[in-house]
Amino acid sequence: MTNWLPPEALVALALSLKVSVWATVLSLPFGVAVAWALARRQFWGHGLLNGLVHLPLILPPVVTGYLLLIAFGRRGVIGQWLHEVLGVTLAFRWTGAVLAAAVMAFPLMVRAIRLSFEAVDPRLEEAAATLGASRLAVFVTVTLPLILPGVLAGAVLAFAKAMGEFGATITFVANIPGETQTLPTAIYTFLQVPGGDATALRLVLVSVAVAMAALGLSEWFARRVARRVRGQ
Amino acid sequence: MLRVSLRHAAPDLAVEFAAQGGITALFGASGAGKTSVLRAVAGLLTPDQGRIEAGALLFDSATALNLPPHQRRIGYVFQEPRLFPHLTVAQNLRYGARFAASDSVPDAARLVDLLGLGPLMGRGIAGLSGGEAQRVAIGRAILSGARLLLLDEPMAALDAPRRAEIMSYLETLRDETGLPMLLVSHALDEVARLASTLVVMQAGRVLRAGPVEDLFSDQSLAAYFGAREAGALVPARVTGREADGLTRLETQAGPLWLAQDLPPGAMLRLRVRAGDITLALSRPEALSALNILPACVVSLLPDAEGPGVTVSLICGGTPMLARVTARSVSGLDLAPGRAVWAVLKALSVAV
Repeated sequence: MTNWLPPEALVALALSLKVSVWATVLSLPFGVAVAWALARRQFWGHGLLNGLVHLPLILPPVVTGYLLLIAFGRRGVIGQWLHEVLGVTLAFRWTGAVLAAAVMAFPLMVRAIRLSFEAVDPRLEEAAATLGASRLAVFVTVTLPLILPGVLAGAVLAFAKAMGEFGATITFVANIPGETQTLPTAIYTFLQVPGGDATALRLVLVSVAVAMAALGLSEWFARRVARRVRGQ
Repeated sequence: MLRVSLRHAAPDLAVEFAAQGGITALFGASGAGKTSVLRAVAGLLTPDQGRIEAGALLFDSATALNLPPHQRRIGYVFQEPRLFPHLTVAQNLRYGARFAASDSVPDAARLVDLLGLGPLMGRGIAGLSGGEAQRVAIGRAILSGARLLLLDEPMAALDAPRRAEIMSYLETLRDETGLPMLLVSHALDEVARLASTLVVMQAGRVLRAGPVEDLFSDQSLAAYFGAREAGALVPARVTGREADGLTRLETQAGPLWLAQDLPPGAMLRLRVRAGDITLALSRPEALSALNILPACVVSLLPDAEGPGVTVSLICGGTPMLARVTARSVSGLDLAPGRAVWAVLKALSVAV
């Protein structure tokens, strides 16, 4: 492996995995909550929330990265507060790469989870209420078990998207080897140096393999949710 | 004790009735508001105004009391079983018990036995037949510690043999557990067999409410039930089996014979459809019909259209209905107070 991939490439791969895992795990509770709200609640601003969630999917990634820089940069409104009050710095750090990846992957995650919420028959939840389950108990004992495969599918998809995030990451946290250089930005760097295209190609193969595996896994989870809802 | 009084704008409801224990049937055509009444009792629909009491006060718009569904302890058996697909039959049955006070949950083993669920316990719900799934749903509702069971046409989606099966299970539950039930139905045979109180609904209003026997022999409701279906329910006791195989029944109206084997001593309810009674002025001789009772005409109600007349009779204290034509009424000179003989062409056991 060390011969096949140079150390910088391995560092980038490891960082990408770390960033993607954190991005997925940290955004999952928000993803479930937003998907639930969009699937099951009627409220003022429903359309606005839906639009906001989907915005990173439509905006040029460089715009999302720039907006993140404005908001979460060291002099940004939120970034300054995070730095002074919590001591957390995002700009040009791997933590910022986590935020960029999470924001970019969020629409995919929410879509997958929302679909599984919509596949659950609300009449089952009504039945659970008449059997004595409070709203929270209904969610934990009926809704969540039924959507669990869908939640996992959304998480896998978000992970894969995070592994491939380029534009917002490079704009928000740049391309610092060992700190913010992820798999895609490493590929970009290797392509810029003479003789680096062999390594770039190998990283591309790794990238394709991760994406394919994640898609396959996500599909498999999605089929499980359909079966589960039918009671098989 | 069940007391329901409610008003609601959409769907339009203005309903008031009370019932003691046993099974209370809400009867009416589709869209009469029967299901909405059940949903209000369960807390799934909040009426604009009213008061609902079932064992305890559940809803009172005057004091802004509105218990949420999960605190009402009202078991609800929906038209479709609504079993949880990710749980087995046994887990579905146990689902409600964890939320209920332990002293309110009935003996699970006995209920599993009463509903014949033993062989299903380890199974998933996907392979259950319609009747099996509905039995699990009934068991699940009762095991949640319900103090009242709501049944929303639980037999509507079943074929005739499954329907008969569920009816006999409900009968057993009624007699063995004493759990009060509110049954939505649009099938008169279900009502005749199971219910003790009947609430007849039409367009969101209560047309009539009262004991089943009284309403079944009510002349003014005959048109509503349908000329073929209307007719009295007569309480009877089996007194024995005679040498030729006929069963003798004792009723207030007199002895009746039935070609059906029934256990001596059993109390049951006979259903005498209005169309199965022929009236005669003198006791008919040389007639194949066995059951001939002396009766007295109480009143006559001609149909709004057509030549039919519904005759209200009293047979030894038991009210009955007969369907005749207007021509027969004038031919026999039928009028209130007139003594006649009622020939019962057919009898069926409703319970």
